[in-house]
This record gives sequence, structure tokens and C-alpha cells, in this order.
Amino acid sequence: MHAIDVVSLTKRYRAALAVDDISFSVPRGATVGLLGGNGAGKTTTIAMLLGLLVPSSGRITVLGHDMARDRFAALARVNFSSPYVALPHRLTVAENLRVYCHLYNVRQVERRIGELTRELDLGAFIDRPAGQLSAGQKTRVALAKSLINRPELLLLDEPTASLDPDTGDLVRSWLERYRAESGCSILLASHNMDEVARLCGHVLMMKQGRIVDRGTTQELLTRYNRSDLEDVFLDIARSRGRHAGPSELGELTEMGERSEVGA
Amino acid sequence: MSSLRRIWGLMYRHLTLFRRSWPRLLDLAYWPVLQMVIWGFTSRFFAARIGNHGAVTVSMLLGGVILWETALRSHLGFAVTFMEEIWSRNLGHIFVSPLRPWELLAALVGMSAVRMMLGVVPAAVLAALLYHFNILSVGPVLILFAINLVLMGWWIALGCVSLILSQGGGAESLVWSMLIGLAPIACVYYPVAVLPHWLQYAALALPAAHVFEGLRAALGQGVIRWDHLGWALILNIGWMALAMLLFTQQFTMARRNGSLMNLGE
Repeated sequence: MHAIDVVSLTKRYRAALAVDDISFSVPRGATVGLLGGNGAGKTTTIAMLLGLLVPSSGRITVLGHDMARDRFAALARVNFSSPYVALPHRLTVAENLRVYCHLYNVRQVERRIGELTRELDLGAFIDRPAGQLSAGQKTRVALAKSLINRPELLLLDEPTASLDPDTGDLVRSWLERYRAESGCSILLASHNMDEVARLCGHVLMMKQGRIVDRGTTQELLTRYNRSDLEDVFLDIARSRGRHAGPSELGELTEMGERSEVGA
Repeated sequence: MSSLRRIWGLMYRHLTLFRRSWPRLLDLAYWPVLQMVIWGFTSRFFAARIGNHGAVTVSMLLGGVILWETALRSHLGFAVTFMEEIWSRNLGHIFVSPLRPWELLAALVGMSAVRMMLGVVPAAVLAALLYHFNILSVGPVLILFAINLVLMGWWIALGCVSLILSQGGGAESLVWSMLIGLAPIACVYYPVAVLPHWLQYAALALPAAHVFEGLRAALGQGVIRWDHLGWALILNIGWMALAMLLFTQQFTMARRNGSLMNLGE
């Protein structure tokens, strides 16, 4: 059983097609990157995976639970972090974590908060209101919130956006360690190519709502004859997209389907 | 048990804010107390000119103030607690947690009850101290009056929250104006019979009009109007069912059109 199984997922807002018939799987214990420019459909895809948005068609299975029928059972085993969703800024870090311990039905609340405080080095500001923290501290708190229930699947939307390189590196190191120790699966949406190359075993490239290519970082580099993922990203972004000629798009799709993370 | 924990989790988040911020606590009691002061002196002024019926008039007006505040604070307590989640951009985390929509509503109901008590009790105490009006003199039936008004506050707030879910922040202003806009036909300070005939039908469709008719009967004639209490309860059940239907429909629509993702932006 995969952590995520997505089959023919489509999201249409009246005339606009935000996600167009995508299929992919995230194996257990894998970190998969979801790459694409602004408006590519990454956030919409994550919102559907979290049950925040209902697909127009298609099927999503998360940790064996059909999200259309049984999303709350899945949500108890999943967590999410994004710098674009805040935590109540008048509550202290400890109070915020306590709230989410209750929401996720975590046993031994104070012990879990203590563990996360040690692991993510929150001690210096655990009793400070969340609104008074620096961007780096907020990211660590958001990460602590996302790990409160020891999730089996972690959905991260640009987890290191607006962080300085040092803090970004700290977060990435921590995610690597956490995945190795817990066996957690991670779906990571990011614009940071170095981050994706470092953390993700597999990459899904999205453009205009479709997955236009997929594979391991090395496979993508070889396929596009490039030395870094950023150039691959630019090649895809500058191609004429899904309405491009059959030779261009057909080749991308076929190669994508052959990869391990394929549908 | 898990449900109770999740409901408590959301209530804890809001109660913590009150524990730390005395201006928030003060704000809850401020308007009910101010209303009580203004209406207390006004009713005393008129009572002095009415003569024998003065004391009953004072009781009706002050009882009306306290019970109307019960409805108003219940309504605002429910809706503002929800809006605080929007203002703090926290709904994204809440809606992707295992918290069920009905648990969210239960937490809002819990917070509404707390906020209502913190607002209304000081006003009732003030009425007793300043104007020698003890709301408890209405008798045990007072509890039934209050329950009906609290229920009315909740279903109106639920309707507002439902519209915010689908229409976004633009619908927030409804929260502040909706119940106050219904005050003329709630007949808080005057009998339903005072209204034009056609407007009486609208008034009698509101549980509040029945509650205040019942309050006046209890204070003026010392009788309990079970007919009005029964109608208030039936209407509340009907309106609450409609509000829950609206919430379910709007929540589903918000998950379809993506407005759940954009609330607070």
C-alpha cells in the first residue's frame, strides 16, 4: 500500500482547469517533490490531498483511506505545514502546540511538547507568543506543529520559503533525519531546486495543472542533459506546455509513466 | 472521547486568550453593562411619571435588556469565535486536522456560552445593585426564556458563519448587523400588538417575540404563558434545522469552490 495514490485527479473551477487528470503514487517512506511554477497546480493538489478541496473527478487514497468517504481517519495520521497558514499569534508556542495535541488526540501532551522542544530547539522561545517570533523560529514551530501527531505522511508546502540559508539548511537536515528515523512519507511542494534535489528521491514536474514529467533527480538531469534541477525546471517552464506539439509532450509523458513514481 | 478532546482543544485555544488579556474580558461585559446603565436610568425616568405601574415598567424594560443581551451575546460569541480563526489565518490548520465540522460547531457553542455568561452576568448584577431589579424574580421559567434566546442567537450565528464560509470575508458584516436588525420585530420592549398587522406575522415567526411576550406576562400578570414558550421552542427547532442545512450546504460548496482555502485572505 502506498502512502498516497492519486488516480485521474482533476479540479475545474468553472472555465479554469487547475489540475488536469493527474495520477501518481507516493511509496511508503519516500520523499517526493512536487515542482512547478506559480499556478502549476501544486497547492490545489495538496489541498485536495488534505480534503480541503473536493476534486471535480478522480480518486485520492491516503494511507489506505479513500479521501472522499473516510478523510478524517486519514487526517488523524497526516499533517501539514505551510508558511502561508499561520498559528494563532497571541498564543505562546507551548499553548499552540497544546491546542494541536488536543485536536490530534495526542496522549501525554506535556511529554510530547517537551520532546518537540528538545528536538527542534524551541526552548528559548517556548513561552513566547507565536506572533513575536522571527521567520526562522516560526518555521520551526510550524514544523513542530506538523509533527505533533507523529504523522505517517507529511505534506509540506514550501517549508523553507523566506528562510535564510542557515535556517533553511537546519530545517532540511531535520526533515532528512526525521524521515530516516520515523519512516514517514513526505510530499514536498517547493520552488527551491537545491532543496528538492537534496531531499526528494523522486520528483513530479507540474505545469498548467498537469504532470509533464517525473522521475528521480538523476533521471531528469540525464533526460534533459542538464547538470542541475533548476535548468530542468526552466526547460519545462519555457516549453510550450501541454498544448505543445506531440513530439515534445508525448515524449515527456511517456518517459514520466515509466518512472517508479508513475501512476 | 476523542471528539470531546478536539472540542476542548479548540475551546482551550480561545479561553487561553481571555486568560491573558483583560481588555478582551472587559470588552465582553462592556456593551451589556452600558445598555443596562442607559436603559436603567431611562426606565426610572419614565417610571416616575407613570405612577402605579412604574415598577412593573422598569422590570419589563430591564428584563428585556438582560434577555436581549443573552441572545445578542450568544450570537456574537458563536460568530466572533469563528471569525477569530479567520483573522488569525488558522482555519487552514483546523480544517486539515481531524476536527469534524460538528465538533467545530460544538466548540463554537461552548465558547458562545462562556462569552454570553461573561457579558450578561455583570449586567444582571448591575441591575440588582443600581435599580433593585432581580432578574431571578421572574422565577424558574427564566431559564426557559434564556434557553430559547440562546438557541436563537446560535442559529442566526450559524447562518452567518455559513455565508462567510462560501462568500468569504465580505459576509462578515452580517455578523454585526443581523441580530440587531431583527430587534424591531423581536418586540423586546413593546408587545407584538403594537406592530402593524402585517408585521406581526414576521414577528411571531421569531422565537424572541414569543419569549418577550412571555416575559411581560410573567412580570406583569404573574402568569406563565406556556403557549408562547412552546411556540418559541418549535420555531427554534425549525430555524436551527434550516441553519444546519445551510451550513452543510455552504461547507460542501466551500470545499468545492476553494473558498475554504482563501478565508482570511
